[in-house]
Amino acid sequence: MKEIIVVAEHRRGELRDVTWEMLSKGRDLSESLGGELSVALLGKDVKNMAEALKPKANRVLLIEDHRLEFYNSESYEKVLTQLITERKPLLTMIGHTATGMDFAPSLAAHLKIPLATDCIGIEPKDETFALTRQIYGGKINAAVSFLKPSPQYMVTVRAGAFPAVEKPPLSGEIVSLPSPLTDEGLARRFLEYVEAAAGEVDITQADILIAIGRGIKDAENIPMVKELADSVGGVLACSRPVVDKKWLPKGCQVGTSGKTVKPKVYIAIGISGAFQHVAGMKGSGTIIAINKDPKAPIFGVAQYGIVADLFKIVPVIKDKIKELKK
Amino acid sequence: MNIIVCIKRVPDTADADISIDKSGKDIDKSGLAFDLNEWDNYAIEEAIQLKEKLGGTVTVFSLGGEDSNESLRKCLAMGADEALRLFDPAFVDGDGYATAKVLAEAIRTRPYDLILTGTQAEDDGYGQVGVVMAEMLGIPHVSIVNRIEVQDKKVKAHRELEGGLEEVVEVDLPALLTIQTGINEPRYVSIMGIRKVAKKEIKALGASDLNLKPEEVGLSGSNIQLEKVFLPPVGEGAEMLEGKPEEIAQKVFDILKDKGGVA
Repeated sequence: MKEIIVVAEHRRGELRDVTWEMLSKGRDLSESLGGELSVALLGKDVKNMAEALKPKANRVLLIEDHRLEFYNSESYEKVLTQLITERKPLLTMIGHTATGMDFAPSLAAHLKIPLATDCIGIEPKDETFALTRQIYGGKINAAVSFLKPSPQYMVTVRAGAFPAVEKPPLSGEIVSLPSPLTDEGLARRFLEYVEAAAGEVDITQADILIAIGRGIKDAENIPMVKELADSVGGVLACSRPVVDKKWLPKGCQVGTSGKTVKPKVYIAIGISGAFQHVAGMKGSGTIIAINKDPKAPIFGVAQYGIVADLFKIVPVIKDKIKELKK
Repeated sequence: MNIIVCIKRVPDTADADISIDKSGKDIDKSGLAFDLNEWDNYAIEEAIQLKEKLGGTVTVFSLGGEDSNESLRKCLAMGADEALRLFDPAFVDGDGYATAKVLAEAIRTRPYDLILTGTQAEDDGYGQVGVVMAEMLGIPHVSIVNRIEVQDKKVKAHRELEGGLEEVVEVDLPALLTIQTGINEPRYVSIMGIRKVAKKEIKALGASDLNLKPEEVGLSGSNIQLEKVFLPPVGEGAEMLEGKPEEIAQKVFDILKDKGGVA
């Protein structure tokens, strides 16, 4: 039997979206291959999650252990090594997330299973899989294949790449499996979760967000955009590079590792539109993008686009708005 | 504290207008500027800050042709003690796995307490070289690290998770950490600084120096291969606002009024 195993991702008692997305894609793949879909769930007291996963797969492979209360790469590797060695799934799907990026590469290397990371396309092809990935920060797509035929493959899947589509429920059975973990000490230990410091302004509450990215070039150029934001009662936000350079606090960051926002209007200034940023703002009511590169991916998600040098166009917009508001 | 840092020289495509080359398998790099991979810039800075605090050495490795000396020299100018370049015709076209194998073999015989890599590379974005290397070397790893505190024979590290959450872990040394951008403020390297290290030797090692067989590395030692590249589909795309700057400004105001409730 061709089995596909999706490794469920959860944190602080909640299954993460990428799990449902992988199950949806995994279902399509298993159906077209005439195989079966399983979901591996590792945790402590997670029967409620197992119940929620049941209709999405042919079986839930449940491994409960008090040592799995918090994610740990070493524990995950031990449990999944045993599981994959015993079941020999054709394909193992793991999220390309902070968690999946942390254990999939070492697990695959340990098991000598070929791995393709950060996939946005996965299709069966001649007993193997044809994959799509993005390179150069999402500016280019790459069609990729596994080099050699293998009895088993592994992929990490980009969050948001596949929609979680509602499908007729499956009668998944819960199969409880013994945990291979012991009290033997681990070289890496979980200590705690900490929240990033909250900013002065809550960007998730704003109706209008004016966001800046790498294109702003220097902290000195930020007041110009702040003035524009103030003139329309908007709030200043940004993409990752601006926070990395310490020009704005972490609380202003929109994207996967920052905040998810849904303002009425989102103006992206000098933001190319890497998927990590887009994931945090694509739900905005109306998106206006200003970028000098007409091929910038941000124009694919925006409703309105302006191809221009931001240093030339932003002052004009700012002055015009001030004039019109008088 | 002896620290090893693995770095990569990459084309700077963040602001560049890029096009696909004739082979259809890569972008046309002829007009592009190259620099140290952004994540690696933070990794080398972190290593040097640790050395300044705790003493010890920083050794930098890079897999690549002679062009990579430029990035290795930048690391020396920032304060690294030694730089080594790994190159062999057999290494060409390797994926993240094959790259990790070469780096792991080069590092295996050297003394180290800590290995730092970038979380991922700007060009191919595999996000796996560091974690695979740790597995090959049999040491623990922590990925996507945005804060490090060295304690006695262990490190306390913050991992960046989604949505502004961080996970704090401790890990026994020796260990490998993959570094996230924003962990520090990388120092500026002046032309003067580069000149000062211009004569420093950068040793090059090939497959035979590392006891690697050609079939284990490069494309033949890889898990995946690239078939072709293409521009991402743009979807519906945006309605482009065109005209004189004043006209565009008027349209932006109209949208803000109409959709954003700006009076």
